[in-house]
Amino acid sequence: MLLDWLYVAAFAVIGLLLAGLSLAIVWVLSLRSAYPEKRMTYESGMVPFGQAWAQFNIRYYLFGLVFVIFAVEVIYLYPWAIVFRQLGKFAFVEMLIFLVVLLLGLAYAWRKGALEWI
Amino acid sequence: MNWGAEIAKAVLAAVGMFTFLAIVAAMFGVLLERKIGGWIQSRLGPKHVGPQGVLQTLADTLKLLQKENVTPRAADALIFNTAPLVVATAGLMGWLVIPFGKIGETVLVVRDLNIGILFFAAMASMTVIGILAGGWASNNKYSLLGALRSASQMISYELPMGMALVAVAMEAGTLSTVGIVRAQDGWMGSFVFRQFPAFVIFMIAAVAEVNRIPFDLPEAESELVAGYISEYSGMRFSLFMLGEYAEMFAMAAMTTTLFLGGWKGPLLPPLVWFFLKMYLVVFFMMWVRWTFPRFRLDQLLNLSWKVLLPAGLIWILISGYRITF
Repeated sequence: MLLDWLYVAAFAVIGLLLAGLSLAIVWVLSLRSAYPEKRMTYESGMVPFGQAWAQFNIRYYLFGLVFVIFAVEVIYLYPWAIVFRQLGKFAFVEMLIFLVVLLLGLAYAWRKGALEWI
Repeated sequence: MNWGAEIAKAVLAAVGMFTFLAIVAAMFGVLLERKIGGWIQSRLGPKHVGPQGVLQTLADTLKLLQKENVTPRAADALIFNTAPLVVATAGLMGWLVIPFGKIGETVLVVRDLNIGILFFAAMASMTVIGILAGGWASNNKYSLLGALRSASQMISYELPMGMALVAVAMEAGTLSTVGIVRAQDGWMGSFVFRQFPAFVIFMIAAVAEVNRIPFDLPEAESELVAGYISEYSGMRFSLFMLGEYAEMFAMAAMTTTLFLGGWKGPLLPPLVWFFLKMYLVVFFMMWVRWTFPRFRLDQLLNLSWKVLLPAGLIWILISGYRITF
């Protein structure tokens, strides 16, 4: 069990290291030159104005919120999916109720217009 | 237990998998994509480097290695530089649980985690962190919009994908990928038949998760230049590409494992079957890419929230009913 997570850790660390290594190779091999235009923000050739860190559409955030609600609920389905064969009809009826509540939640979000992109 | 030897084995497995992905998924995958694209659009594709252009991506990689890494003055340098690493690593992580085949009784899988497909889903969604960070840190309007679109798209399609995974887990009674392959017996036993709606939902969500046409709004060249990778050049750009192609091949491999019976098949060795099926799915994804136009953002979100999500929930109910009674 612990051994499994050793492999997960190894993958994460090695992935970062090897990706970093390729950047290090570039740092050694590449020719570098500096002039002010090169490090300018790209805006299709126009002189950029203002910052990109400004207000953006609130809808993106709203979808994020709805996602969090449903993602947490989907997580609850996993343990049930593994054991519901052993638990029989009772577990199925319970999950039926849970899923109907979920669907009602979706219907509510839909009705309230949280799923509309304007 | 000998921890030193285990650590050495784990590191070796990780390095091996990374090399495999860089060569098979990124280099060969890009070449395949260009060749298939050429074939579908009645042109030749890469042709001049090596016989029939097979060395084209190698030449491109060598070129990219010599390019300067440019960090825009306005960007948040630390986050800007870290984001490509996160995307590339996220592309690698999912491969931990994919079983390639079987030699004798040994299954060729790096680690058969008991939460296999949940782990895979978690790692697949890690890409969005890198993309969002990179797009925001670029301090470029195109990048920010691309990153936001990508985030909303990936989270929207994660839910239907989760539903499809739950349906498969119900059918197999386990979350372990090796267990799921073992649960599929014979040709008709493949879950593509018993779980066909889950298969369709998973395929659509998989194409959307890897930001490919018809769901490539985050990159939409004609409106956003290149979306979140507008400001990235040289090797950082290729790390994004590596992550993307590794992810795409991982999705294809996962489709094979979950629905097409993994390494199972008659006559040919298991390893050959696995790669045949995986490349079939990869070909399908490329075929889709070169055939369909792009969705609009509202159509894309409607498809996920108003079609796939309810369909997934109802399909879970139907499968649950069928298996219980």
